[in-house]
Amino acid sequence: MTYQPNVSRRAFIAGSAAAIGGFTLGFHVPFADAAMAQGASALPPEVNAWVVVKPDETVIIRIARSEMGQGTLTGLAQLVAEELECDWSKVTTEYPTPGENLARNRVWGSYSTGGSRGIRDSESYVRQGGAAAREMLIAAAAAQWKVPAGDCKAAKGVITHTASGRTTTFGKVADAAAAQTPPINIKLKDPKDWTIAGKPLPRLDTADKLTGKQIYGADLRLPGMLVATIKACPVFGGKVASFDAAAVAGKPGVRKVVQVDDNAVAVVADTWWQAKTALDALPITWDEGPNKNLSSADIAGTLAAGLDAPDAFVGNKQGDAKAALAGAAKTVTATYSFPYLNHATMEPMNATALYTADKCEVWVPTQNGEASLAVAAEAAGLPVQKCDVHKLLLGGGFGRRGNFQDYVRQAVLIAKQMPGTPVKLLWSREEDMLHGAYHPITQAKLTGGFDAQGNLTVFHMRISGQSILAAVRPEGMQGGMDPVVFQGLTANSPEGHMGYTIPNVLVDHAMRNPPIPPGFWRGVNLNQNTLYMECFMDELAHAAGVDPLAFRRKLMANHPKHRGVLEAVAARIDWDKPAPAGVHRGIAHTMGFGSYVAAAAEVSVDKGQLKIHRIVAATDAGHAVNPAQIERQVEGSFVYGLSACLYGECTVKGGRMEQENFDTYEVLRLAEMPAVETIVMPSGGFWGGVGEPTIAVAAPAVLNALFAATGKRIRTLPLKNHPLA
Amino acid sequence: MARLTINGQIRDVEVDPDTPLLWVIREQVGLTGTKFGCGIAQCGACTVHIDGVATRSCALPVSAVGDDQKIVTIEGLSPDGSHPVQRAWLALDVPQCGYCQSGMIMASAALLQQNPKPSDDDISAEITNICRCGTYPKVRAAIHMAAEGGATKQAG
Ligand code: FES
Ligand code: FES
Repeated sequence: MTYQPNVSRRAFIAGSAAAIGGFTLGFHVPFADAAMAQGASALPPEVNAWVVVKPDETVIIRIARSEMGQGTLTGLAQLVAEELECDWSKVTTEYPTPGENLARNRVWGSYSTGGSRGIRDSESYVRQGGAAAREMLIAAAAAQWKVPAGDCKAAKGVITHTASGRTTTFGKVADAAAAQTPPINIKLKDPKDWTIAGKPLPRLDTADKLTGKQIYGADLRLPGMLVATIKACPVFGGKVASFDAAAVAGKPGVRKVVQVDDNAVAVVADTWWQAKTALDALPITWDEGPNKNLSSADIAGTLAAGLDAPDAFVGNKQGDAKAALAGAAKTVTATYSFPYLNHATMEPMNATALYTADKCEVWVPTQNGEASLAVAAEAAGLPVQKCDVHKLLLGGGFGRRGNFQDYVRQAVLIAKQMPGTPVKLLWSREEDMLHGAYHPITQAKLTGGFDAQGNLTVFHMRISGQSILAAVRPEGMQGGMDPVVFQGLTANSPEGHMGYTIPNVLVDHAMRNPPIPPGFWRGVNLNQNTLYMECFMDELAHAAGVDPLAFRRKLMANHPKHRGVLEAVAARIDWDKPAPAGVHRGIAHTMGFGSYVAAAAEVSVDKGQLKIHRIVAATDAGHAVNPAQIERQVEGSFVYGLSACLYGECTVKGGRMEQENFDTYEVLRLAEMPAVETIVMPSGGFWGGVGEPTIAVAAPAVLNALFAATGKRIRTLPLKNHPLA
Repeated sequence: MARLTINGQIRDVEVDPDTPLLWVIREQVGLTGTKFGCGIAQCGACTVHIDGVATRSCALPVSAVGDDQKIVTIEGLSPDGSHPVQRAWLALDVPQCGYCQSGMIMASAALLQQNPKPSDDDISAEITNICRCGTYPKVRAAIHMAAEGGATKQAG
């Protein structure tokens, strides 16, 4: 028997497109019900877990990781198609559900889509998947022709018997191919022979985004569905004391007012607007709990005390920094800080749940379908085998929708109070801003020491502040230390190591965890670490009276790949030639998520007004699966990074965030967006990530240019708090 | 009860008159291409055309729209995605997550209607929609392309 998964999900996907105009969706998802699936299926059996070929030659490539705008769907499909030797114009994709993955012994591996890992973590097994399917298709054709498979080859979906010139197509032998024994450990193509991967192909998922057809979680409609919105206690750690459901029960469309966990109240209504109107009118009394007087100033004080605290976790130690500082001819010290930030995805958090006594299904835009499934099962109180998750395209993720599945839990807890009725929970923007998983807050004190000849002999960075892992993934801690705190600053981690050789180095972390939930925010700790490092390098260069590029070069002899990207941007921006009149330049580089990145910026300041004229960026990700999508990720990284640099901060007052919407949480808009020139320079031999690292160089490149323009060192973000006039 | 003309069709909807047009379009009429981003006229995800003018529908009560006013949503911009702005968007592969793009496209189409050859400064002044994925450079390029009438096929 050939196991065919996801038939019912296919019905769902087809139905959801039709549902735009009304309630036509027939969903029925007997998860992992193979007999039923076979009976209902109009599709041929899969060749293997990654590939289905239809009789009309359409190739369906299965994608486990989530598409959230970063292009991973297209990139992963390119890698499979490259080995499969199919016709790219016939490729479509689909998501197997996390429940199917579980039922099939995790044949699709991890679903986690974060840390710029979508491609680099799975490239090897997805390419193997494509190659195995190709071999099975060839073997099936060879068997029909009664010739050795080794005498046949495949190209563009056509299989040819070389000697006789006979041909057939993937679609004709797909059925038979499914019965072939899957080969293992097939030799993969050398990337230099790639014809589909490595090419700047258009995305597979663009067309429906231009016409309003694309369904996001916020748009989902199911038959009989109700809609909910929610308010959790705005003070972190607070709870619901009481609420007066009767006060809104008679409002139009209101179906139910429900408490969710001990800290939130939701209104369920016929429409979202009715739910929102009723929730706004609902009298709720909060028990604000222990944090009700907490402010940003308190948090800053706690962190500042960590800057000189005796105890700290050591992330990078070479030589003896303390002794070297004591003996230095000259030292330079500066203190920097980085604020809380909200991801502010354009699509607010949402999830739709349908609960019955023996089944729970969730439809959700998620960066990690398996995490959604685990949370759904726990909230439902059902075995995970009785639950499943249908992944929807994300209206932005940026780390908010991976580890954190709070909205899934809430949706299930609401649906559980209305068994048999699908309920879509959609947060307001205010809820989204008040209940984020915030970019952690840190401060850093940096000290550099020179010898009498002006050589940098010692570098100490003391980080004080919040650990993400301590809050969200304590099992990842190493003896109380959070290794992720040191992103980009380690001695030799392949994820990201410091690109300078300095005889005495100490990077250490005094962990200070305020009661604000931290999260993985696109770029994570590389953002502030690179800001601290690269702005301070500029300070050291200035103190030494040396050009910032020349100063760095001297320390980079052992770091050719770091230096490669830095030299590339310097050359492109003509660093060695004077800038246009009134324009000033800054540079920065880093390594993170396995890739090397650098940026150079040209800015001017006129009457206190900063203008960013031009950005040049370089990325060495080892392999470039789709250079056009890398370019878009790099451009997008500057929008994200410069939004943070110029405007981003969530401030705490009365134990809650003060910013509730885009009027106070400003972000970069088109008018301020400089031209970005992207240099994609894969040097081969490794696989790095692309979606995040460049964010980290955006702010320091601009701030270093700003110093060149004004002589002002900005050491606390955002820039909007610093008058430049 | 409100009577609206949306994408050339008359729609009678049973709804509280204070309901923002956005939610009437999304929930009563069932056209979900127009997105909710902020609800306070800040982000532009909810942009529709009202008599050809780009309008943020999230902060406009349905009662403020007359039945003689022509509302066009992303679904009605063209029958088949062939509006010059949509074609330019496809040619330059503009969207990332795509969530802001209905609003971007509607704002851009209205701009070109009023100003067929906008300068960079015109674009900067008129396109104030928020995109968190960071498609701004491609949006700018695609508006210029649409203005030139140059988009014919999707490219990388
Ligand atoms: S949703 Fe209307 S402007 Fe943001
Ligand atoms: S494309 Fe994602 S918000 Fe604009």
